[in-house]
Amino acid sequence: MACLVRSWIPLLFLQSFLVAIAFGSNEGEEFSEELLLKPLPDRKVLAHFHFENRAPPSNSHGRNHHLFPKAISQLVQKFRVKEMELSFTQGRWNHEHWGGFDPLSSMNAKPVGVELWAVFDVPQSQVDISWKNLTHALSGLFCASINFLESSTSYAAPTWGFGTNSDKLRYGSLPREAVCTENLTPWLKLLPCRDKDGISALMNRPSVYRGFYHSQRLHLSTVESGQEGLGSGIVLEQTLTVVIQPETTSVETNMQPSWSLSSLFGRKVVGSCVLAKSSNVYLQLEGRLGHESKNVDTEIEAHKLWMNSDFDLSLKPDRVIRESSSLLFIFDIDKSSDSEPFDLGLTWKLPSKWSCEQAPLHASRFLMGSGNERGAIAILLKATESQEKLSGRNLTTDGRCTIKANIFQIFPWYIKVYYHTLQIFVDQQQKTDSEVLKKINVSPSTDKVSSGMLEMMLELPCEVKSAAISIEYDKGFLHIDEYPPDANQGFDIPSALISFPSHHASLDFQEELSKSPLLSSFKEKSLVRSYTEVLLVPLTTPDFSMPYNVITITCTIFALYFGSLLNVLRRRIGEEERFLKSQAGKKRGGLKQLLSRLTAKIRGRPIEAPSSESPAAESSFLSSKLIFKIILVAGAAAAWQYFSTDK
Amino acid sequence: MATEKRDKEEEEVKTDDGSLKIKPRPIVQLGIFLVAHSPVFSVVFSAAGVLALLILPLLAKNTYISENALMPGSARSMLSNRDVSDGSKLVKDIKNYRLNHEGQGVEVQKLIGKYMSEMGAEVYYQKFHPEGNQFHPLHFFSGPDSYTLLDNVSCASYGVNVAGIIRAPRGDGKESIVLVTPYDFINGGDYEALSLGITGTLFSLLARVTWLSKDIIWLVADSRYGDYRPVAAWLTEYHSPSFKDSDLLKCGELNTADKFRRAGTMAAALVLKVDGRSERFEDTLSIYAEASNGQMPNLDLINVVNYLAVHRQGFYVKVEKVVSLLSSSWLKIIGEIFEAVGKLAHTLNPDWNFGIPTADYLEGSATLASSLYSQALGIPTGPHGAFRDYQVDAITLKVSPRFPPDSKTRQHDFFLRGAKLLEGTIRSVNNLLEKFHQSFFLYLLTSPSKFISVGVYMIAFALLVASLPMVAASLYIDGCKALNNSTLNPAGNFKSWKWLDAAKQVFALHLFGLIVTLLPYFICQVPGQHSPSNRSIMWGTTSSSLLLITFATIPGCSPFSSRRHGTNWAVLKSVTISAAFIGLCLMSIINFATAEIGALLLVPTCLIVQPIKPALRSRRIKSLLGAFCSMVLLTIGFPVMLFAISKGLFGEGLVGLSLGGEFWTWLESLWAWKSATYLYIGMVHLPCWLLCLCILFHPS
Repeated sequence: MACLVRSWIPLLFLQSFLVAIAFGSNEGEEFSEELLLKPLPDRKVLAHFHFENRAPPSNSHGRNHHLFPKAISQLVQKFRVKEMELSFTQGRWNHEHWGGFDPLSSMNAKPVGVELWAVFDVPQSQVDISWKNLTHALSGLFCASINFLESSTSYAAPTWGFGTNSDKLRYGSLPREAVCTENLTPWLKLLPCRDKDGISALMNRPSVYRGFYHSQRLHLSTVESGQEGLGSGIVLEQTLTVVIQPETTSVETNMQPSWSLSSLFGRKVVGSCVLAKSSNVYLQLEGRLGHESKNVDTEIEAHKLWMNSDFDLSLKPDRVIRESSSLLFIFDIDKSSDSEPFDLGLTWKLPSKWSCEQAPLHASRFLMGSGNERGAIAILLKATESQEKLSGRNLTTDGRCTIKANIFQIFPWYIKVYYHTLQIFVDQQQKTDSEVLKKINVSPSTDKVSSGMLEMMLELPCEVKSAAISIEYDKGFLHIDEYPPDANQGFDIPSALISFPSHHASLDFQEELSKSPLLSSFKEKSLVRSYTEVLLVPLTTPDFSMPYNVITITCTIFALYFGSLLNVLRRRIGEEERFLKSQAGKKRGGLKQLLSRLTAKIRGRPIEAPSSESPAAESSFLSSKLIFKIILVAGAAAAWQYFSTDK
Repeated sequence: MATEKRDKEEEEVKTDDGSLKIKPRPIVQLGIFLVAHSPVFSVVFSAAGVLALLILPLLAKNTYISENALMPGSARSMLSNRDVSDGSKLVKDIKNYRLNHEGQGVEVQKLIGKYMSEMGAEVYYQKFHPEGNQFHPLHFFSGPDSYTLLDNVSCASYGVNVAGIIRAPRGDGKESIVLVTPYDFINGGDYEALSLGITGTLFSLLARVTWLSKDIIWLVADSRYGDYRPVAAWLTEYHSPSFKDSDLLKCGELNTADKFRRAGTMAAALVLKVDGRSERFEDTLSIYAEASNGQMPNLDLINVVNYLAVHRQGFYVKVEKVVSLLSSSWLKIIGEIFEAVGKLAHTLNPDWNFGIPTADYLEGSATLASSLYSQALGIPTGPHGAFRDYQVDAITLKVSPRFPPDSKTRQHDFFLRGAKLLEGTIRSVNNLLEKFHQSFFLYLLTSPSKFISVGVYMIAFALLVASLPMVAASLYIDGCKALNNSTLNPAGNFKSWKWLDAAKQVFALHLFGLIVTLLPYFICQVPGQHSPSNRSIMWGTTSSSLLLITFATIPGCSPFSSRRHGTNWAVLKSVTISAAFIGLCLMSIINFATAEIGALLLVPTCLIVQPIKPALRSRRIKSLLGAFCSMVLLTIGFPVMLFAISKGLFGEGLVGLSLGGEFWTWLESLWAWKSATYLYIGMVHLPCWLLCLCILFHPS
C-alpha cells in the first residue's frame, strides 16, 4: 500500500506527460478498457474486465512504446513468443449455473491455480529452452512460482488435444499455486492507467478476492505484418473475471438480488482512463428475448427495454444490442465525472428465472480405489439439457449424428498410468476402443524425467446420456528430498481439458458493431472447452516428523549388521580357541618365554623389534588406561546427574 | 615365513596340552542361563505380563492436540437462531409427514432433499441393495470389493440414501468432509429425527459461511437395513462405481442414474446419532472409534471432539466400557493395592505420583477392557467403520439428550449445542492443510481424555510372549536328551532332525485348522435353508470327522496311539510352543488386541500343559495340581467355551441349547466383517489348543 501511495504523485505527472505523447504521436498503439456485467441464474453477478493493448508492427528493435508495456514486448522479442496465455485462478467455475457454451465461459473458465501455455516461433530444438526461460521471466514478472513449470516433469507438448495445432506449443499448470493480490498488482502494472483511473479503478482488492471465482488472464499474440522488413505487432489482452454475490437484504429466495457497481465493488467509476481509445461497460441479460418486442426502433420501445415491469436500470444505456438469446446494454463511461460518477445499478422487481446455455456434455473427474497402492482415474461425461438443441449439427458421412470430445490430460510421473487399462463405457455399456475412440495419442511418462500425456478424441452418438472413461494407475515412490512441503496433503493431478472440436461458441449479434475488442472477440467462434476438477492423490509419505528416530534406528541396524558381518568374516572361532589355549599355555612361561622370543626376533629381524615390543609393554598400561576411562565416564555421568537434578 | 611356520607349529603343540575352559560370549551365556532356568523365568515373565496389563490404566497419559493447524475452539461460533429454526422446521416437517403418511415411498427422502437444495446444496439420491458382502475365503484380506452387483436384483427391497454437497465458495474442490446421519425413513423414532435437526441446523450455517476450504457432504443414510450397510454402499459407489448397467437403478419411480456426485478426497467423516435419553443430568456424548480389525482413527479427531464437547458445549463425554467390571471385587482389590502403593511411593518421593484413586482405576480398566475387546473382535462399532476401509478417519458420535423428544424449548438449545460441536469440529478439520497424520493411530483409550500409546501397551504382550521361546528351547534340549537315552537306533540319532516328527504333527494340525476355517464357506454353499444351529452341527461333525481322519492317516499324530516310541512329548510341546509364538507374533502385527487376549489364553495353557498319565501315576500333589490346572485351562481355551464365557462376562444371558447356533452366528459376523480374529481362531488358536490336548493325553 505504501508503495502505491508513494507512486501516486509521480504517476500523475507521468500520466499527463503520457497523454501528451499518446495524442501527439500517431503510432497506432491502442488501448481499450471494457467491463461486462452479467447477472447469473444463481443470484450472483459476473464481472468481466477486459483490457486490450495493441502494438502495431514496427521495424525498429528496442523502440519506445507509448502505451504498450515494455516488459511484455521485451518478453515477446527475447523468447520469440508467438502466442501465450497465462491465467491465475481461484475457485471453481460452476458450469451448470454460470454457463458453458458461451465465449465468455469457454475462454475464461480456467483451472484452479496457474495455467500457462505458449507457442514459440523458434526452431523445434530451441522450444524447450525458450519455454524454460519464459517461465523464469514470467515468474519474476508476476510474483508467482511459475518457474516450477521449468522442470520437464511438469509440462507437456500437446499435439492436437489442446485445440491449437502446433508442434511448438508447450503447456503446463500449477494447481496448488495460491493466487492473491501479489499477482494482481504486477498484472495491473501492465495497464497504462493501472488501477487509478477508468474501469480498473473498480478493482477493490477485498471485493475482488471475496468473490466465488476470480480468474486473471493475460493473453498475448503476435500479428504478422506481412510486409518485408517490418516486425510483428503484439496484441495484449488482459482479462479479469470475477463472480460476486451481491449483498442482499431481502429474505425472498426466488427474487434476484438487486445491485449496483458501488455495492458490488465498493467503488464507483469516475471517468474513463484518458489513455484508452474506448471505455465501455456492457450489461448482458440472458434469456429475455421472448417477452420483448422485435423492433427497437422507437425511443419508447427502447426505453421499455431497460425500464420495464421486470427490472430497472439506474442509467440509460447508450445502445441496446440483441443477441440470439440475450440482450446487451452498452454504456459509455466517458461522460461520467467526479461530480457525476458512473454507478450502474440493476433493480429487479419481479422474480425471474433463466438458465445458461451449457456445453453438450458436463465433465467431472474423480479418483477410484482406495489404499496406497493402486487406483484409477475416471472421467464422467454427462449429457446436459442443452445437448438436445445442439445435436444434429455434425452428421458424419454415414449419416450418424455424433458429438466429438477431445480429452487432454497430463499425468505427473509419480502417477504411473497403465494406458492399456483404458475402459470406455457409453450409456452403461462397455465399448471397444474402435467404436468410440477416434484418435488417441499417448506419451508415457519417464520416472523423474518427464510427465505423461494423454490425448483422446471420442466420437459419441448424439443421444448419449453418459459416458465414462477409466484408466488405472500405480502410485510411484518419491525420493525423500523430492517431497514438497506439506507432503501429507497429497499430490495434485492437474485438471483435464475437455473440448468439443465440432462445437463453437459465439455470440451472434444481429447488428453491425462498433470496433469493440471484447464484443468482436465474442463474435469470433471459439472452441467450447471445460476444465475438470483438480484431483488429490495421497501418496505414501515417510514420517518426516521423526528424522531423529529414523537416524537412530538406521545407525543401530547398520552397526549391528556390519558388526556381525565383520565378526563372521574376520573371526575364526577354531583359531581363536586355539589362540586362547596357547595364551593359557604361555602364562606359565611368562616373561621368560617372551624374552627369549624377543631375542630371537631381534636376531632374525631387527626392524620388527619395536613394533612387537609395543603391545607387550602396553598391556599393563592399557588396563590402567581403561580404568581411567571408566572413572572418567562415571564421573561425567555423576556430574550430569548432579547438575540435571539440581536445576 | 619360516618363523611364522614355526609359530604355528608351536601353537599347535601347545593346544594339545592346554586345558583352560573357554568362556562363551556374554550374550550366549545369558541365553544359556535363561534357558536353564526357564521354569522360573517363564512364571516371572508371564506374571509380569499380566501385571503390566493390569497396570496399564495407571500409565495412561492425558490426550493432547498434536496437530497445530486444528486449533479447536479458537473461532467464535457463527450459528444463529435462524439456522436452528431451519433445523427445527425440518424435523417438524418430517414428523408431520410421518404422522400423516404411511408407506414405503421416498417422500421423506425428497423432503430432506428439498431442504438441502433450498440451502443451496447439490442434492442426489442413491439406491442401494441391502445385501452385504458375502464371505469369500479368497477375498479375505482384499480391500473393499469393487462394486459387483448381482444380476437378478429384486426391486422388493432397496434403500435410498440422500446426500447433499455444499461446495466451498473459494475452495478448489480437492477435499471434502463428510457428515453422516443414519435415519430410518420408515420406522425412525423421534430421537433419530433429532440427529437430522442438528445436522440440518449445521447445514444451514455451512451453506452461507465463507471460511470453508473443503466441500461438505451430508449423507442421510437409510438405516432401514442397519446403520453400516447404507454408508458402505454409498462409499463403494463414491470410490469404485460400476459404470455398467444395473437393474437397481430402474427400481421405483426415482431415477438415480448418472446423478451421483462427488467432492474430492475425504479428509474426515463424522457420524451423528441421537438415541435414547441420557440417564445423567447433562446431555451425554458417546464416542465410538473402533473400525474393522482394531483400526482406529487418528487420535487427534477424538481429541478435537472431546475438547469441544467438554470445554465448549458442556457435554458429558464417555466411551464404552465393560459395566460388569465396575462392580467386580477382585479388580477393586487390585485397584486398592495400586492406590496404596502409589501413596507409599508418594510419601517416599513427592515426585512419584503414579497412584490413582480406586474408582478411577476401575473406570479406566473397564474402559480399557472394552477398548481391547472391541479392537480384538475386529468388528466396527458403528458406521464409521466403513470409512476406515478407505483410509478416512471417522468416528461415530452418539448423543443422548436429557429431555424427552417432544420438548420444544429444550430442543432449541440441544440443536444449538449439537450443531456448535459439529461446527467446531468441522472448522478444525477444515483448517487442516494435510491429512491427519500427526497424532497416534495405535492406541487404547482408558477414558475420553486418556490414552495408552502402542509403546506402552505392547510391553505386556512382549512380556507374555517372551517366555515362549525360552521354554521351547529348554524343552527341546530336554527332549533331545530323553530321545538320546531311549533310542538305540543310530539312524534316529541324527541330532538336528529330532523335531521333524513333532513338526509333522504340528503342521498336520495347522493344516486341519486351515480346512476348518474354510469349511463354513462350503457349508454356506449347501443348498437349502438351514438354521444357524444346524449349520454349526454340520460344521462340528465335519470338523471332528476330519480330525479323526487326520489322526488316522498321519502316523504318530494321534494322542491315543499306543506306540511307545512315538514323538517325545517334550519335543512336541517345544514345537507347539514355537508355532504358538510365531502365530501370536504375526497376529500382533495384524491386530494387536487379538494377539494380546490370545496370548493371555494361549501362553499359560501352552506353558502348563503336561501329559496327564504320568501325573496320575505319580500321585504327587504338585503334579496332580498341574494336571488339574491344564485341564481347566484347556476347557476354557476351547473356542466355543470361550465364546460362552465372554457372553456371560458381558452380561448376556446364556441359552444352553442354542449355544451352537449363537456361536455360528458370531463367527459368521466375524467373517462377514473380514475380521482377522476369525483367521486367528481357526489357524492359530484351534491348532495350538488341539496340540495341547494331544500333549495332555500323550501316552508317555
